Amino acid sequence: MIMGKIHSLQSFGAVDGPGIRFVVFLSGCPLRCGCCHNPDTWEMNSGKEMSAEEIFNKLIRYREYFGEEGGITLSGGEPLMQAEFCIELLERCKAAGINTCLDTSGCILNDTTESLVDLCDLVLLDIKYTNDEDYLRYAGCTYREVLNFYELLCRKNKHMWLRQVVLPTLNDTSQNYDELRRLKDESGGLVEKVELLPFRKICQTKYDAMGIEFRFKDIPGGDGKVKLL
Amino acid sequence: MMCEEWNGFKEGKWQNEINVSSFIQANYTPYEGDDSFLKGATARTEELMKKLNILLKMEHEYGGVLDIDTATVSSLTSYAPGYLDKEKELIVGLQTNRPLKRGVNPFGGMRMARQACEHYGYKLSDKIEDEFKYRTTHNDGVFRAYTSEMRAARRCGVITGLPDAYGRGRLIGDYRRVALYGIDALVAEKEKDKAALAADLIEADTIKLSEELFQQISFLKKMKEMAQMYGYDISRPAATAKEAIQWLYFGYLAAIKEQNGAAMSLGRVSSFIDIYIERDFEKGILTEEGAQELMDDFVMKLRMARHLRTPEYNELFGGDPMWITEALGGMGLDGRTLVTKNSFRMLNTLYNLGSAPEPNLTVLWSCQLPEGFKKFCAKVSIDTDSIQYENDDLMRPIYGEDYSIACCVSAMKTGKQMQFFGARCNLPKLLLIALNGGYDATSGTKLGPEDEVYAGEYLDYDQVMERMEKYRAWLCRLYVSAMNVIHYMHDKYAYEKSQMALHDTNVGRFMAFGIAGLSVMADSLSAIRYAKVKPIKNEEGYIVDFETVGDFPKYGNDDDRVDLIAKELCHSFINELRKTKTYRGAEHTLSALTITSNVVYGKKTGNTPDGRKAGEPFAPGANPMHNREENGALASLNSVAKLDYNDCRDGISNTFSITPEALGHSEDERIVNLYMLLDGYFAKMAHHINVNVLNKETLIDAYNNPEKYPNLTIRVSGYAVNFHKLSKAQQKEVISRTFHEQI
Repeated sequence: MIMGKIHSLQSFGAVDGPGIRFVVFLSGCPLRCGCCHNPDTWEMNSGKEMSAEEIFNKLIRYREYFGEEGGITLSGGEPLMQAEFCIELLERCKAAGINTCLDTSGCILNDTTESLVDLCDLVLLDIKYTNDEDYLRYAGCTYREVLNFYELLCRKNKHMWLRQVVLPTLNDTSQNYDELRRLKDESGGLVEKVELLPFRKICQTKYDAMGIEFRFKDIPGGDGKVKLL
Repeated sequence: MMCEEWNGFKEGKWQNEINVSSFIQANYTPYEGDDSFLKGATARTEELMKKLNILLKMEHEYGGVLDIDTATVSSLTSYAPGYLDKEKELIVGLQTNRPLKRGVNPFGGMRMARQACEHYGYKLSDKIEDEFKYRTTHNDGVFRAYTSEMRAARRCGVITGLPDAYGRGRLIGDYRRVALYGIDALVAEKEKDKAALAADLIEADTIKLSEELFQQISFLKKMKEMAQMYGYDISRPAATAKEAIQWLYFGYLAAIKEQNGAAMSLGRVSSFIDIYIERDFEKGILTEEGAQELMDDFVMKLRMARHLRTPEYNELFGGDPMWITEALGGMGLDGRTLVTKNSFRMLNTLYNLGSAPEPNLTVLWSCQLPEGFKKFCAKVSIDTDSIQYENDDLMRPIYGEDYSIACCVSAMKTGKQMQFFGARCNLPKLLLIALNGGYDATSGTKLGPEDEVYAGEYLDYDQVMERMEKYRAWLCRLYVSAMNVIHYMHDKYAYEKSQMALHDTNVGRFMAFGIAGLSVMADSLSAIRYAKVKPIKNEEGYIVDFETVGDFPKYGNDDDRVDLIAKELCHSFINELRKTKTYRGAEHTLSALTITSNVVYGKKTGNTPDGRKAGEPFAPGANPMHNREENGALASLNSVAKLDYNDCRDGISNTFSITPEALGHSEDERIVNLYMLLDGYFAKMAHHINVNVLNKETLIDAYNNPEKYPNLTIRVSGYAVNFHKLSKAQQKEVISRTFHEQI
């Protein structure tokens, strides 16, 4: 049995996928995004060890709230870092008929993460920037790697929501939006929507508490509203 | 029985006996559509509402009371007719001769009437003072019979909120009967019941009932007289929708003129009225706009209902609510929904007249409710924070398809059951008294069985539970006895003649007890069990504080280790109460409901083992303690849902606040997510939830700048309040509650 490193469990997620969702925040992320609002999930070892069975037994208690649309969302951190564990958890969910959703940056592609994708009903794919330069500077991977993941999802016929945190002065450019539109248009209907999320700076307190620098503290915050492209 | 006012109605049992439910089932039109048919306020409604808003503003500026008639004892016919606008009103009738002017009702107790007048700069007239010199009030009676132990328990606050100084309330007359049958038929029925007792006037109970029937009949006749003063003859049944509303409102008006009960609920009238509206539609004498206008006017009247209260009462309950609770929706036993177009119209008054705490709109939620109605309710909640939800799938099997909610969460069969309401036991205080061997360190009062102060270095769970059992047994017996005294005296000196006339003669009775501080108590016991709790004593050797080392499961995280402690607390309390016989054979019930008094209870309670400091507020009702939830909103709801309604038949109140952002990105998503949340929570067999969808920042701003939010309405604990009517301490407590936010 593989143990997962879990940052926290949120019984009521209404903004990470359709309907009401039980959100599992996994610990550990290979990226260091300047806009990250969960820096406390970066370190894998800071998480609490839990088995897939343990988590499943908790989430099944919320089944009545899920209805047709809701279910489980894996988030983090970067769930792809613990793909094997995630597979075990989602296999249980699928067996119980629970809708599954993966919230990811798409930065790790291998056989295991491919198998994980197979178990997902929907993938929330973060597109942080639409060029290699910004990705390398502000996140720690390339846009190409994320595109590879996107292409995999297309090949596998996976439904997706693309999500981007709007960072005024960084990615709110027309080229960026054109590229997002292209991803949507070329997906053949697999991209159900593109959500533009406002940049929120309330995570400053987390950075302060951890004694690390919030690199984007000077980027202007958004108006708090979520927009669809 | 047949009369021309019934033309167009389908026949049924209701024609041969007083049976409103049978009338509804035979004649109502279920509605499964959406809200698109609704109409906005007419110019006339807006004009009247403007007038009312000016009066409400003046009332607020005058310190909460616009005017008091200090020379007249409130009764059905003691005031000349009053109007908001005689020419334009569609539904008429005020408690006194002018809008928002308050009457004096000293039957519950003179002291309360006197103090209330004085607080607002008035003096109770010599005339009333003289009259009541020769009368015994409810309050006089109670204190003649109270024992010294009852007084001590009341004084130190281990039992608080005993209705011994004002009307007990929580009765709901079946006001629909006035509309459906007219007064004369109701009098005839009561006379028949009284005649049937004639052969049997031997036991005190029967003689008492016979006298009560005499009083009921006499007040039915006064109701007729009161309506006549407004130019209406309600001796016959109502013939139109307008008359149906007017007739049943006269019934309600009679009740609030006669009684100043704590909660004066309305019942379940909307779908009943719908039948008359549909009939008028068919006849072509009413339009949708006209129907909405009637409902708007009716609700305006309800929003003008007032009782004169003391500042202490207002502090306890957050302003001067009347709990004019109207139950909406629900399902019928035959599987048809009881939602009608008029259920929508009633909710629509919140848009047409602006949001407000009264009437206390209560949706009886069933997973089977039509989707259009579910969505509209969710929308109204998100927009107005003015409605509450109770589980019809849980209550219908117990109370049938025609029950109502009294006050916040107390279910009863309409016109067939009533309750003797009373007070709450402060559980954490009881624990502290038990640990100190019969001493309340906060007030310095000795009470209960005398015992040694707990001697061990650490609190041992089993030993603590053993002590609790002993003190609980003592307190429950005392509590039931005190309630028996109160309700014996209330029946004797302040019997609700108008309301009981609108009940069946052989009425079912509940005696409703309560507990406060459930989450503090559950967490305290959990700390004792799973962490190490060291009691700290003062110089006199009494325990006044605790040192808690280590972590322990906390109620509100869907963790059975502590949630089942909370469940067991309710279970053992009601079982203990049941051991003592009640007045008139009433059925014992229990609620986990604090109204807003969780703040005052907290003030009177010392440090507790869960880490709560002396004086800090409790969580309201059955809510988990603020900010102890670690797994989000549903975990908190699941914990509350574990409390067993069979132990708490008088209701389990849960108040839930969530920010709009956490509920979804778009309005449509929020609506669907909110109703999915309600479906899930009630599928777990939970009983009640208040929903607030707002930001903490809004409340903080309203706290600092009240003038910017004159109508900010929020749900607190089984009812809604104007935020600015809460005391500053209560406002702070509401702000400190857990808001489920986006993570």
